[in-house]
Amino acid sequence: MLTILFDGIAYGMLLFVLACGLSVTMGLMNFINLSHGVFSMAGGYITAFLINRWGVPFLLCLPLAFLFSAALGMVLERTLYRRLYARSHLDQVLFTIGIVFMAVAAVDYVIGSQQQTVKLPDMLKGRVDILGGSIGLYRVFIIALCGCLAVTIQMLLVKTRFGSQLRAAVDDPRVARGMGINVNTVFAITFAVGSGLAGLGGALGTDILGMDPTFPIKFMIYFLIVVTVGGTSGITGAFFASLILGIADVGGKYYVPQIGAFIIYALMVVVLIIRPQGLFSRSRGK
Amino acid sequence: MSMTPTAHQMMLDQARWRWSESLFWLLSLGVLFAFPSKALLFSQIAIMGLFALSLDLILGYGGIVSLGHAAFFGVGAYAAGLMAKHGLGDPLLGLAGAACVAACIGWLTSFLLLRGSDLTRLMVTLGIALMLFELANRMASITGGADGLQGMMVGPVLGLFSFDLFGKTAYLYALSVLFVLFLLARKIVHSTFGLSLRAVKGNALRAGAIGISASSRLVAIYTLSAAFAGIAGALSAQTTQLVSLDVLDFHRSADVMLVLVIGGVGWLYGGIIGAILFTLMQDWLAGITPQYWEFWIGLVLVCLVLVGHDRIGAAVKSMVARLSGKGGAA
Repeated sequence: MLTILFDGIAYGMLLFVLACGLSVTMGLMNFINLSHGVFSMAGGYITAFLINRWGVPFLLCLPLAFLFSAALGMVLERTLYRRLYARSHLDQVLFTIGIVFMAVAAVDYVIGSQQQTVKLPDMLKGRVDILGGSIGLYRVFIIALCGCLAVTIQMLLVKTRFGSQLRAAVDDPRVARGMGINVNTVFAITFAVGSGLAGLGGALGTDILGMDPTFPIKFMIYFLIVVTVGGTSGITGAFFASLILGIADVGGKYYVPQIGAFIIYALMVVVLIIRPQGLFSRSRGK
Repeated sequence: MSMTPTAHQMMLDQARWRWSESLFWLLSLGVLFAFPSKALLFSQIAIMGLFALSLDLILGYGGIVSLGHAAFFGVGAYAAGLMAKHGLGDPLLGLAGAACVAACIGWLTSFLLLRGSDLTRLMVTLGIALMLFELANRMASITGGADGLQGMMVGPVLGLFSFDLFGKTAYLYALSVLFVLFLLARKIVHSTFGLSLRAVKGNALRAGAIGISASSRLVAIYTLSAAFAGIAGALSAQTTQLVSLDVLDFHRSADVMLVLVIGGVGWLYGGIIGAILFTLMQDWLAGITPQYWEFWIGLVLVCLVLVGHDRIGAAVKSMVARLSGKGGAA
């Protein structure tokens, strides 16, 4: 029981790290980006590559995965995504699906369609007993790391100057520009950090979620649920949405395997009926 | 006397049947006799065209971006397939059954779409399609699961024309169904209902202010579109005598969006013209690189958006208008 709860929390935390960048760009900036999973895939693959080919230690791979995905996100934002902020939602959907398809086929072509595996360091293997439940050390590691990240991100958004600039730029780009905030740079940095976090999540999740070329398509619905269920109130909503989704998914698949896969869709429908604007929302004019 | 036409006249003018349209349909019939060996490909085009037409009803006229339109195509295909397997092999009966089942699911799920933004709609449509995919996968005893549904016995159309190996009957059957449903859709979008739908799409708040209820319109058009997509799925099941999980796949939802966008959104011929271009492209590319076909789909999508699909759609429209001697009046 406790084991499953912990697994669910770890899964949820992982989803949060994967999707929190998206909850800012998609939830707050209202830019529909279905290609977020591509950055996670990039992070997962670079980690697998570094560990298996060059024997780089796992813990060193994590920041590298972050940097790699962030750089990729930055380049793509500057060259492509930037043009789409002002376009219609249909255009954004078509464009980002196109990116997903290209990435999936390209990875399949270059690397192959098999599952990627990463060898975890010995100190993260094994299990510990906490409160009478046996929990994998790696899960504990994920919960601790992602918890720290969540607190850091929240602090960055709420306490720092950059956080205020971002919130201002999201609320009203024109006025923010008038106040001397460089909105383009703020958006570019946000996008890069969000992609980097996705890459980090992909690196961390390779062992738990699995990593193959179809990853961006398989997890598209999870990302969408986290962002919509979380609502447009910032990352707090996304955090709780991820936790609920993670626990429900893991618990559902364990206790009622026949219908386990449907739990998340049922959850989505229920939330939508009770709170159409998401669990945590502030009223906006739109 | 003012020279500007009244709104009433303009609408009548838009709804008028042009001779170029007759030509289009005659040509689509004629290709069968010109290239009889390609009949199977043509029937695929007709089915894809109907599917894209159904998406156009909600996307072009209702303004709903759907990531899971394959849900209705798949439901229709399974409905028709199961009917044919269990002794109800009459094709038209199969179409009716598929339309009913798909419309029911469309009606039920349409209420979830009324809430929230585009983002919520994307999640709901994608979620429903995935849920149905999972359902079809789990109920392998009924649907055949990953192996596909086997043992369909499809009877002759109207009790007269049985399906042949070369797809001649299949094409004529699919084309007639497409034509009839196209006329129906054309009638609907040019009716008062269609006009009110356009008002809702333009500005739901203002439409509400002049007494047009957005919700009931969206529910109606979504249900209708689901029924159309269901019929397309049924046609596909009957003409190929095969239903696999592939009918509910995410790729199908994305493909149909691409098809519609190539031909132009909000213009009933867009779906059909898009289907022609898309299927020919697929046929050609599959000959070169069968395995990495989706890369090219992605590339086309990306380029289409960067160039601006509105412009391409407008170019197609004005080309058709010029061909029909209207000089870019569209």
